[in-house]
Amino acid sequence: MSTATLTPTPRTSTVPRAAEVSRKPLPLLRHSLALAKRSLIKTWRTPEALIDVTLQPAIFLVIFVYIFGGAVAGSTASYLQFLLPGILAQTIATGAIAIGVNLNTDLEKGIFDRFRSLPVPRSAPLVGAVLGDVVRYVIVTVVTLLIGSLMGFRLEGSVLAAVAACLLAIVFALSLSWVSVFVGMKARTSGAVQGIMFLLIMPLSFASTTFVPGGTLPGWMQGFVKVNPLTHLVDSMRALFMGQPVGMHVWWTLAWCVGLVAVFMPLAMRAYRKKV
Amino acid sequence: MSTDLVIEAEGLVKHFGQTKALQGVDLAVKRGTVLGVLGPNGAGKTTAVRILSTLLTPDAGHATIAGFDVVKQSQQVRQTIGLTGQYASVDEDLTGRQNLVLFGTLLDLGRAGSRARATELLEWFGLTEAADRPAKTYSGGMRRRLDLAASLVGRPEVIFLDEPTTGLDPAKREDMWDVVRSLVTDGSTVLLTTQYLEEADALADEITVIDHGRVIAHDTPDGLKHLVGGQTLEVRPSDLARMEETATILSQVSTGVTGAVEDRKGVLSVPVSDDTALTATVSRLAAAGIGVTELSLHLPSLDEVFFKLTGRTASDDDTTVTKEVAA
Repeated sequence: MSTATLTPTPRTSTVPRAAEVSRKPLPLLRHSLALAKRSLIKTWRTPEALIDVTLQPAIFLVIFVYIFGGAVAGSTASYLQFLLPGILAQTIATGAIAIGVNLNTDLEKGIFDRFRSLPVPRSAPLVGAVLGDVVRYVIVTVVTLLIGSLMGFRLEGSVLAAVAACLLAIVFALSLSWVSVFVGMKARTSGAVQGIMFLLIMPLSFASTTFVPGGTLPGWMQGFVKVNPLTHLVDSMRALFMGQPVGMHVWWTLAWCVGLVAVFMPLAMRAYRKKV
Repeated sequence: MSTDLVIEAEGLVKHFGQTKALQGVDLAVKRGTVLGVLGPNGAGKTTAVRILSTLLTPDAGHATIAGFDVVKQSQQVRQTIGLTGQYASVDEDLTGRQNLVLFGTLLDLGRAGSRARATELLEWFGLTEAADRPAKTYSGGMRRRLDLAASLVGRPEVIFLDEPTTGLDPAKREDMWDVVRSLVTDGSTVLLTTQYLEEADALADEITVIDHGRVIAHDTPDGLKHLVGGQTLEVRPSDLARMEETATILSQVSTGVTGAVEDRKGVLSVPVSDDTALTATVSRLAAAGIGVTELSLHLPSLDEVFFKLTGRTASDDDTTVTKEVAA
């Protein structure tokens, strides 16, 4: 039986009152990191939440390479070289769905009231959640490259360029996360978040150079493909992995990142303030 | 303006669409005391607490906590307060300790300070054994205690408890009452909302009764009880034949104007307002050699308080609110 007897409060606590503690600098960064750690602990405790960033890229690589490889690229080996950056970009894009779904569920619980009654910057819980996702994206990158190399993928560029490609993918993922966070704040149920995000991500990942070279697509679709951020991301990564010149693709990708954050972070923050 | 007031609210108004949650509420709590905010569901209690704890902005009126304005100086207010809502606001995937350390970090207590405070609170709330288990494995009572502990991490000067015992069984409720009492001895000021007159009576120095977003009474518990006619003494004599005799004895101890003794299913009840009524009854019954199978003294229910103050019951009130919202 848990009939705990409650002893009276310790009169002399060794810890000062929060009101008397001097505030430390960089509150947004420090508190966001503390809250990112919370996300990590949660992820650690529910490893099944990592399926979308571990099993999914592995299965997609195997299915696409061995089913379409022969037909699309003439051989599975050459298709793998082409496809791997695409699968990485696609998984990162679908991986961003989870954060919106999770935040939507979190809002239903009282924990956000607690955060808002504490002296932390209002945006810290959202920024913390986004930062916590960095670990998920690092996992995607490592898993995809690992499975890819087991299947025969070979880097043709420098290691440094490959690292740059992975970093670019992670930066893009964090930027795209804000779209998911915004939808997570706006949608009424977590199922709706999933549905809306899926509808957004599907055309982005398929109407791009993720799976096939852009040249074979009909003209009207090429217009979309050319502005699609995933096209720029995938083409940047492909060039970096293959040791080819990246052209403007890296800049376009970064411009998209800045644009997504500039538009969706304030929108998400506004929706968050209204919601809770 | 007395500096002795730690919580001060004037003319708080808050509307949600058509629903007028608050229509001009004044609240005042003196340092080191407990204010009980009493009212039925939907009276506006939670809205008032959410405004005072900076979670909501009032449409009109203003409020200060320890001299800080809840709208303009919200960060200072948040350093001063602790909030425990109706729903446990801890992270269920984190352990009890991880929750408390996280809140300590967010309060800038530092790594060592946060850990020390977490250990202190876990011990105080009898959660040391469960400290390293995820909170979702906790029982309802344990979760409630963790939630209260979470609101005390920063050793707040002002504590808001929004229906802290709703859904707890009577034994756990009394545990919680002990905690609230010890908070006050520690120098904290407490604002507590409740639907139970009994709870407000047990804990509060003063009681504010809210209905339809307005304050309809403010008094000490004794004053309020006096207003609604004190307590009721109920006796069930074991021998039905001695009903008349028992009724006479009860009439003698009754202080009520309506001193009449009512009979329903073998139970006699009489209004009393004197603390000695129960002991007097017991000794007189003993002297007369009358045995009883039931003897109890209880406070008027919230329903009765409402009936006295507004001429209708608290539950009627609920239906009116629903109708208004639907209209």
